[in-house]
Amino acid sequence: MNALYSLLFVFLLVFIPLFGVGLGHLNTIFGVCIPMTAFVIFILGFAYRIFKWGKSPVPFSIPTTGGQQYAYDPETFKQSKWDNPTNGFQTFVRMALEILTFRSLFRNSSASLHEVKGEPVVAYASAKWLWLFALLFHYSFLVIVIRHLRLFLEPIPFFVNGAEFMDGILQIGAPVLYQSDLLIIAGLLFLLFRRLADAKLRYISLVNDYFPLFLIIGIAASGIYMRYYAKVDVIAIKELTMGLATFNFHVPANIDVSFYVHVFLVSVLLAYFPFSKLMHLGGVFLSPTRNMPNDSRIRHHVNPWNDPNIKPHSYEAYEKDFGPMMAEAGLPLDNPENAKGTEEA
Amino acid sequence: MAVPKADELFKSIDYTPPATGWMETPVDFSPGNWCYPAKPEILKSINFPNPREWSPEDEDWKLPPNWRDIVHQGFVERLEKYRSLKLFMDICVRCGACADKCHFFIGSGDPKNMPVLRAELMRSIYRKDFTLAGKILSKLTGSRVMEEDVLKEWFIYFYQCTECRRCSLFCPYGIDTAEVTMMARELLHLCGIGINWIMEPVSNCNRTGNHLGIQPHAFADIVEFMVDDIEEVTGVRVKAPLNEKGHEIIFITPSGDVFADPGIYTFMGYLMLFHYLDLDYTMSTYASEGGNFGLFTSSEMMKKLNAKMYAEANRLGAKWILGGECGHMWRVINQYMDTMNGDNQGPQMITPKNPVTGTVFHNAAATKMVHITEFTSDLMKHGKLNLDPSRNDHLRVTFHDSCNPARAMGLLDEPRYVIKNVCNNFFEMPKGTIREETFCCAGGSGLNTDEIMEIRMRGGLPRGNALRYVQQKHDVNMMACICAIDRATLIPLANYWAPGVEICGTHELVGNALILPGEEQRTMDLRQEPLPGFEDEDDDWTPPNA
Ligand code: HEM
Ligand code: SF4
Ligand code: SF4
Repeated sequence: MNALYSLLFVFLLVFIPLFGVGLGHLNTIFGVCIPMTAFVIFILGFAYRIFKWGKSPVPFSIPTTGGQQYAYDPETFKQSKWDNPTNGFQTFVRMALEILTFRSLFRNSSASLHEVKGEPVVAYASAKWLWLFALLFHYSFLVIVIRHLRLFLEPIPFFVNGAEFMDGILQIGAPVLYQSDLLIIAGLLFLLFRRLADAKLRYISLVNDYFPLFLIIGIAASGIYMRYYAKVDVIAIKELTMGLATFNFHVPANIDVSFYVHVFLVSVLLAYFPFSKLMHLGGVFLSPTRNMPNDSRIRHHVNPWNDPNIKPHSYEAYEKDFGPMMAEAGLPLDNPENAKGTEEA
Repeated sequence: MAVPKADELFKSIDYTPPATGWMETPVDFSPGNWCYPAKPEILKSINFPNPREWSPEDEDWKLPPNWRDIVHQGFVERLEKYRSLKLFMDICVRCGACADKCHFFIGSGDPKNMPVLRAELMRSIYRKDFTLAGKILSKLTGSRVMEEDVLKEWFIYFYQCTECRRCSLFCPYGIDTAEVTMMARELLHLCGIGINWIMEPVSNCNRTGNHLGIQPHAFADIVEFMVDDIEEVTGVRVKAPLNEKGHEIIFITPSGDVFADPGIYTFMGYLMLFHYLDLDYTMSTYASEGGNFGLFTSSEMMKKLNAKMYAEANRLGAKWILGGECGHMWRVINQYMDTMNGDNQGPQMITPKNPVTGTVFHNAAATKMVHITEFTSDLMKHGKLNLDPSRNDHLRVTFHDSCNPARAMGLLDEPRYVIKNVCNNFFEMPKGTIREETFCCAGGSGLNTDEIMEIRMRGGLPRGNALRYVQQKHDVNMMACICAIDRATLIPLANYWAPGVEICGTHELVGNALILPGEEQRTMDLRQEPLPGFEDEDDDWTPPNA
């Protein structure tokens, strides 16, 4: 049901520019106003979210340790440096592995129950599909974003040309097929399929989960349609996008409506991004169970709201309370008076 | 309330979610699904709000009239105090990678025991109260209004999480459901909802110094009994100093080691080791609890209870602290202690140095507290201990990593080193169930109470099944661990899932193997069961595995 709503909603979003530009000729609104607004929302919203997270302190050092600690004798007990870091550099490597290779997801396994010779057996099988397709999706997305920079930068930076060259290196078809186009669709379809096929996942999935998937599928599909089928006028589009980048707005007349659909969906994604789970992009860098070294036994970690007024139940009170019994058991007393006990006792 | 037989229970596990959505699926409040609520007099003794008599079974939980406000304000406050909470409320993508990592889900199939959904129980309220989309598009975005039913649901499911952090290891963003559980429990406490099994130990620990409320003279008596027992087994009378001033080291261990079988054998192992070394140490009745149920209650309570350790070290003039075998105690020491109470260390405290080997424990430079397996492994490495591992030859041993030392510290190889030095037969349980991926005993975070035995046995399935595997494959008959809660909870777990396997601490094995100067020939182990070759003396003895 949630999937259906999300799909319908994305369809609705496609119709808006189709009518707006196709029938209403609101080219400037859809080509300039909406994308610019969305971009501003994205930047401000993103910054606001990071700021809000940053405002709350990290009172305790709570890394999840994924291997042997730094021991008193590191030779006998070899530290798992990247899974249980103790200094800044090791923590940096842990984070880099996490963000660049999805290391935690790589651990993924799936538990299943069996009966073997009448005995219950819980089995754990390695389950790396999610990791693989998640990587495919994210890296394709990244490559596509980098490729798109050519539309906003002049001269085109070397890494954009590089990414584009690598992405089309198979030289299939004309225009040349980008592998990232195929892979992102494959990745997205797997993630969607997984969500629908796995009963546990379907059970927890919300509109918030299906919507970004359908939306990004929509973006990818409209992009592919523009490039390989409508064969839109890229020169005219670059005129428009350079106009956006330089605040020197200009809307050429001969751009296909599919471009406006694509741009509108991207605008929705940009505006939606800061208020959605997609903020994991920013959040993953801040996660205290990953970005902290396991060193709070070695170095002092400061909790800004640590309350110095919280004191233990004092030994004095304890001795007052139990003095007579302690004396009887031969335990030393700080104040021999306590051996007599208090009036009420 | 009777717990079904193991194979019946196993067959009853079904991973198919119910037909109704989770917000519509009612919660089962029949006895056995919840822990007994905290008694009002207990809550009063530690100044916790809204103490009263109530029962989860009743329709009316007698909540304070403004409970919605209390929860909302408490939520706001905690979002401001903890970045972890804010982040974990915001960034979950519901990828489900954590779902089948939780022992409670694996053993129950209840979708609300998937860590992601457990956290969603709270996130749904967060979205409603603190996000725009949640305010307008409630249902679609998984938001809901805070109602009594929601609060009740929290009580059930945040007390079906042992704060073991296994989910956090697998989450691509490190989302730690334990952190969410801790916050939810704090909010519940604000409304006077807590469980007695946690709050009574907290209250006792505060006043008498340990969970069971053993008073100082009784404590001294019990220690004396153990000294007698050691003498019975070894012929040597060891010293057991209590509350003495002017020693170099103060030793603090969970009180479970003092009063509960089989923890007492571990405690005997400590005493024998210290006697062997002629260690300059004392124990304390005032700080006679290493464990800290405050961790399962609130950060304030945790700090208050933990503060006794430094206070007592200062009073007695100890230079550093040696800590016994306990799981959550070591999470508190490694991740919280110095942050909370480091300021209270007296000037006499120094970076711990092993007086026998001269090793300086630089990795404890801030806390000044060393784990007993670090201490003992150091002694072994320097050849300072005279050991006869064959005295453990009747045991085929495996090792259970307790959640907290594993995932909140990384104390993995030190205890193994100790065991391998005192046992000839050591076998690991399967990969994926040990070290950082270890499975909980299902009784952590204060859930080691008997009224939820079925829940514990379900949650114990992954550990129990891994144990069963090595029992069948290698005839394992003893599971060692470094946690006092484990030593209590793993016994019913093993009886249920791998009957015939017994539980011990690592220092029980050390005590068996350690050759004390002037000891008599040993004919029995610390449990006073005959060693191989001496069975005849005791007719009713049967091998542990028969
Ligand atoms: C530093 C950057 C990022 C990292 C490390 C990261 C990491 C991850 C990981 C590990 C997952 C879980 C696996 C999965 O479900 O696929 C995930 C999910 C997801 N990410 Fe990212 N991500 C990043 C940036 C982005 C960006 C920029 C987008 C696009 C707008 C995005 C969109 C998604 C979506 C839609 C999902 C959910 C897939 C599903 O429904 O299962 N991510 N991300
Ligand atoms: S693994 Fe992390 S992101 Fe994925 S569902 Fe669980 S908590 Fe959410
Ligand atoms: S912390 Fe442990 S018990 Fe709690 S949800 Fe995570 S895996 Fe389950």
